[in-house]
Amino acid sequence: MAGKFFFIDTTRCTACRGCQTACKQYKKHGVTKTKQYGTYQNPPDLDGNTFRLVRFSEHPSEKNSMVWYFFTEACRHCLKPPCQKKADQILKDAIIVKDYGAVLYTKKTKDLEKSFKAIKQACPWSIPTWSKEEDQIVKCNMCYDRVEAGLLPACAKACPTGALNFGDEADMKKLANEHLNAAKKKFGGRGEILDLEDVRALYLITDAQAKYRPVA
Amino acid sequence: MTNHWIDIRNSDCILIMGSNAAENHPISMKWVGKAMDKGATLISVDPRFTRTSSKADIYTALRSGTDIPFLGGMMNYILSNNKFHKEYAANYTNASFIVGSKFDFKDGLFSGYDPKAKKYDKSQWAFEKDGNGVPKRDLELKDPRCVFQLMKQHYSRYTPKTVSAITGTSEADLKKVWETYAETGAVDKTGTIMYAMGWTQHTVGVQNIRMMAMIQLMLGNMGRPGGGVNALRGESNVQGSTDHCLLFHIWPGYLGTPGASLVTLADYNAKNTPKTNDPLSANWWQNKPKYMASFLKAMFGEAATKENDFGYPWMPKIDDGKTYTWLDIFDDMYKGNFKGFFAWGQNPACSGANSNKTRQALAKLDWMVNVNIFDNETASFWKGPGMKPGEIKTEVFFLPCLTSVEKEGSITNSGRWMQWRYAAAKPPRGPKGDGDIMVELFEKVRTLYEGDGKFPEPIKNLRWDYVKDGKYDPHAIAKLINGYFEQDVTIKDKSFKKGTLVPSFAFLLDDGSTSSGNWLYCNSYTENGNMAARREKKDPTGMGLYPEWSWCWPVNRRIIYNRAAVDLNGKPWSPNKNILEYKDGKWIGDVPDGGWPPMSDQAKTKRPFIMKPDGVASVFGPGRVDGPFPEHYEPLECPVPKNLMSSQRINPVAPIYGTEADAHFSCDPRFPFVGTTYRVTEHWQTGILTRWQPWLLELQPQLFVEMSNELGKLKGINNGDMCKVSSARGEVEAVAIVTGRFKPFKVQGTTVHQVGLPWCFGWIYPKDGGDSANLLTPSTGDPNTRIPETKAFMVNVDKLGKRRA
Repeated sequence: MAGKFFFIDTTRCTACRGCQTACKQYKKHGVTKTKQYGTYQNPPDLDGNTFRLVRFSEHPSEKNSMVWYFFTEACRHCLKPPCQKKADQILKDAIIVKDYGAVLYTKKTKDLEKSFKAIKQACPWSIPTWSKEEDQIVKCNMCYDRVEAGLLPACAKACPTGALNFGDEADMKKLANEHLNAAKKKFGGRGEILDLEDVRALYLITDAQAKYRPVA
Repeated sequence: MTNHWIDIRNSDCILIMGSNAAENHPISMKWVGKAMDKGATLISVDPRFTRTSSKADIYTALRSGTDIPFLGGMMNYILSNNKFHKEYAANYTNASFIVGSKFDFKDGLFSGYDPKAKKYDKSQWAFEKDGNGVPKRDLELKDPRCVFQLMKQHYSRYTPKTVSAITGTSEADLKKVWETYAETGAVDKTGTIMYAMGWTQHTVGVQNIRMMAMIQLMLGNMGRPGGGVNALRGESNVQGSTDHCLLFHIWPGYLGTPGASLVTLADYNAKNTPKTNDPLSANWWQNKPKYMASFLKAMFGEAATKENDFGYPWMPKIDDGKTYTWLDIFDDMYKGNFKGFFAWGQNPACSGANSNKTRQALAKLDWMVNVNIFDNETASFWKGPGMKPGEIKTEVFFLPCLTSVEKEGSITNSGRWMQWRYAAAKPPRGPKGDGDIMVELFEKVRTLYEGDGKFPEPIKNLRWDYVKDGKYDPHAIAKLINGYFEQDVTIKDKSFKKGTLVPSFAFLLDDGSTSSGNWLYCNSYTENGNMAARREKKDPTGMGLYPEWSWCWPVNRRIIYNRAAVDLNGKPWSPNKNILEYKDGKWIGDVPDGGWPPMSDQAKTKRPFIMKPDGVASVFGPGRVDGPFPEHYEPLECPVPKNLMSSQRINPVAPIYGTEADAHFSCDPRFPFVGTTYRVTEHWQTGILTRWQPWLLELQPQLFVEMSNELGKLKGINNGDMCKVSSARGEVEAVAIVTGRFKPFKVQGTTVHQVGLPWCFGWIYPKDGGDSANLLTPSTGDPNTRIPETKAFMVNVDKLGKRRA
């Protein structure tokens, strides 16, 4: 199978959170008890039930007085996953990569509990989570079962606006390029694809990355 | 919607105002996005910066309840800068009509106002007619008494400075929005409006929409792809339920409910069938007697005969001049005038304005039946906050029912598409479908009339052939809604057999030979099958009409008033906006709004707005109870001592209810802030369906109140603090979201703060979720529709000491 990529155009996301919920629904995940704490973002962060989370960030802006950015966060499925590199040092094949690029945490990761923090730290975006329920490390698995059956991942299938796309590398890179050009035209030359050379989840943003998500 | 969802992609400028489409109609943003890809501009106008605003090219805020000044100023800009589409306005609207000499407007009041009755004599707003009884026109739009000139004069008062002082929007922002939207007056451009409850739920709700409809007409945007006036309906079948007479004042297909004084069908027809002397007006409603007779045949079948007025005397009538809206029903119930109540598929204890009044009203009943999927604040009102169960006499019956996906049937979406659905899931044992509950209920009622009983005819004669093998049959009812030939008949050289389905409403008759439960849906289920179940993806015009996907009323016309999409010669106003064209003696494209040739053929043509008696659209609307031109009035509860437009502070004909539960205050230091209510993506209506859904509750778990950073500072409230929000009618506890997305308004030189809350929570579940924001809202409303004014009222906000669990 050809290498698979996500392409996320944040300029199109309306934060309907269809992706976040479709992920839970398809994976039959449980629920995190949440509270309203002064934002629409909930649960507050990725957790054992939440492999995809839409982050809400608002900032004052010259134009239109405000910006409200939405960022659907999940594993980037790195081309050379640092989490795998770290895990391999401890336990081989606990983290594996499929030929089309899905980075998968196997049942073996349950033996990595002691190294979990180091593995999480190895991830530039702190994605990996320890699931008490599953008793292993968890994160987005690219809906590998769906993808191998020729279907879209649940999140991409649910997206109504064309913000979250999934497909073959060439198609996604072409789409990313088209959307980047359109975004630059619209946002006064601003626009970039994050980590283009390193990951399989390409994000198009039009402002400083720190305005979309916490950056270490 | 005059247009439909997909058609939004054909627009050059999309104004989303009175709606938060990205929040409440998330899929619509797909089509907004497609329009923007082609260069369309998105404008978001909302008191609060929303999910929709986050996607907008232009965003600006206005104080809740000031849409008419905002749009009146736009009209002023359009007219005084010649941005309107003159040929369209002159030929297709009543802008050219001469208004009679009795019409006048002074200091906020139109002529004909009776201050005692709080009512207008609308006859004073009539047009001047020529010797043939046809309204006089000036197609040059220059006569000082023509609608255009009167309108120009009326809106010249809405200057940028005055509008800004009322709305709190900066003059620069006003001009930016006005200029951008007015560009759609260019012939090759169209603009659309997406609105919802943010416009309707005001004491000037109808006039808010009329104001925009007038702008759309002056810009030549009606009937055209990418244009129209598009109401985003909430509940997924609210369009269908309105079409089929959910409301008291209409029977199915928008046939007016008779008043008691209209004793015979002839009386009804004489009073309700519009007439015209204009040979160019199709006056389609002249067919009303056919639709009435066919409707009555659908109600009473064989028992309906010419001799008994087709059963017209058996139908319920309303007392002349009395309104029976939601607000009236609960006002009456509160006063103890009701014995029983079916709360069917609804949760009035949370959904109606002024929930405390509603909840008290329920306690005055002898019995109540609640049909619903989950327990809710209505079914269990007797054990709710502040209630003493031992003292409540109301006997409550709760009937669990099926969800929409567990049964077969149709829903009609905002774009008027009737879409057939199969049952997607097998229902659990026990709960019944609404249709089956109704069947069982009626059959029981009928047995009660087996001996004698007062006035048994309506019950005994009711047509009742919807039941197959003891079950409600949705196909049988859908077929009767379409209608049958009730006897062998020949119409227009075509012969039809008794018992066959009527192909379209053009074949309905007033002599009892046809039935149709709803003339607007005649053509939906024919001898060719169930049109609503079609799923063909052909798009012959390339404009996204998809004529063989489901079915659309009327007669599968995807864009209504579409003969206004062409010029007087039947050519599209511009080639890039072609959904309909007159070519070689016939119309190509969408189903035309009447098949007559274009206006240039004066011998055979009819004017395009065929449902209006004059054949043109009403920029001047003499039929509304509160005036022919929209005029600004402050909400019943407002933060300003004075209406800058006139000395009429509130709508002079707004309904005001007088019980002790109807307190309201303006400019009262106890309630200094403007409040508004809205929805969230994650919850549906009062949350009955969604609060019990753990994934959705996880996303939006508790009631919140959004306020500006400035107000937070003023009241010592930090983001995440627990607050009490109170109004003259009630209070709720809510978590503060203190945000830059709300900003204070500069109104009449002073600072006005506004807060907003969603109304999707209720005390029953989750226990820490908070209660309905409708505990705060007032039970007043629009004088035409009596939709409540839940979008603009006055509140206070205070920090609470302790945070709820």
